[in-house]
Formats: sequence, C-alpha cells, structure tokens
Amino acid sequence: MLTVFYILSAITLGTAFLTILSKNPIHSAIYLVLCFFSIAGHYLLFNAQFLAIVHIIVYSGAIMILMLFTIMLMNLNKEDEQNKSVLTRFAAVIALGLVAFVLLATFIKAQPVIEGYQVSGQDYQSIKVLGKVLLNEYMVPFEFASVLLLVSMIGAVLLSKKEHINS
Amino acid sequence: MENILQQIGIENYIYLSTLLFCVGVFGVLFRRNAIVMFMSIEIMLNAVNLLLVAFSTYHQDAAGQVFVFFSMAVAAAEVAVGLAILVAIYRNLNNIDIDSLKKLKG
Repeated sequence: MLTVFYILSAITLGTAFLTILSKNPIHSAIYLVLCFFSIAGHYLLFNAQFLAIVHIIVYSGAIMILMLFTIMLMNLNKEDEQNKSVLTRFAAVIALGLVAFVLLATFIKAQPVIEGYQVSGQDYQSIKVLGKVLLNEYMVPFEFASVLLLVSMIGAVLLSKKEHINS
Repeated sequence: MENILQQIGIENYIYLSTLLFCVGVFGVLFRRNAIVMFMSIEIMLNAVNLLLVAFSTYHQDAAGQVFVFFSMAVAAAEVAVGLAILVAIYRNLNNIDIDSLKKLKG
C-alpha cells in the first residue's frame, strides 16, 4: 500500500510541476488531466469510490474539456509566450521555497496524532450514507449549490456575448 | 476493511497536500498565461480537497466528503465564469497575457 501511495504521489507532484513548466498550453492541460487521474487514485486508496468517480467526471470530463475548448478557440497551441522577467521568476521560486518550508516545518514539528487511532468499522462513505447526509443534514447548501450553478451559467452566457470595450 | 490511514499515516497525506498546494502557488506566480494560472488554481483546490477527504477518513465522518462535493460544484462554476471572462478579454486584446491587463494601475 505504501508503495502505491508513493508512486501515486510522485505522479501527482510530477505532473503538477510539468503542468506549470511546459510551454505549450495544450501539454499543460494534458498533464493536468493526468494529475487529476492520480488524485482520483488517491481517493480510491481511501475507499471513497463515489468521490473518485465524481472527481473524474467533473474535473477530467467537464472542466478540462472546457479549458481545452478555450485553448483551441483562442488558438493558443503554440509556444509564443514570452517569459516573465528573470527577477519575477526568481521571486516566484523563492516564494515557493519559503511557503513549502514554513508549511512543511509546521506540520513536521506538530505532534503526531495518528498513534491512538482506532477504526470504528462503521460505514461512512458508501453512496447510501453519503446521499443521506447530503440530503438531510446539508439540504440547504445543496439547494444553494444548484442556485450557484444556475447563476454561473447565466453569467458565462452574458459575459461571452459579443461586445467591445470601445463601442 | 482495514483503514488505509493505519498503513500510510495521515502525515504523509498532509505533506503531499502541502506540496501540491505550494506547486499551485508557484504556478500562479511563475506564469503569464492566464489559462495556466487557472490550471494552477485548480491544482490548489485539488490539494485542499485531498486533505479534506483524508481528514474525513481519519474522523470516519461523511461530512468532509460532502464538503468536497460542494467544493467541486464551486470549482465548476468558477471555471465557467473565469473562462468566459478570458474569452471576453481575448476578443478585446487579442491575447490573454496577464501583463497586458494593467489598466487599473493608472
């Protein structure tokens, strides 16, 4: 199990880095799809099957297809992006190092909490239980999520209607 | 079914999510292409989702996974509106370089 975890983590982090470092936006999108699939693999390791399937459908299916459509619509599949100035990129690397250092140092120094961990054995992540929790306890946020999706749909249509700044 | 956290340990998941989040921050700071910055934001959201699922498994509580569903819905809405904004910017400026959006700077 630990080997599977390490392989999946390596794929996740490696493809995430390649997403950022590759020049061509299409390659970035494809690496990001691989990253999402490996995260779905992590969900499967947690035995959260429904979440893994939903993750693949929503992220790899919907969001990445939308991004690929936009990239192809804007004809961005060429490597003509000028890089940021050396100073800005150097600052970005320094920021990455500092954020990673502070967060990792915090969590490494924290007390390990896993030792007294007990498995209760009850079912908590099957589709049946999740549906009950979602539609009983979290009924109101569920409805608000539907309102949010409706509003964002209308907003996307309105924003992408043809209009010019100068007119 | 034995719990996965007994074999792997939640610390490893905390470290993985932290590193993934840092990669996302790095992407937002490093690139000029607005679409790649969007992808970096998605990476950050996924890091947080992964940690939520890890702690949901740790506490053996379904609420964490339900929260991840809401987070996915918000991410989908965010991407739809954000890409519409990018298309509108592209129509007016003919590129989506983040450095050409400096009009608010005066």
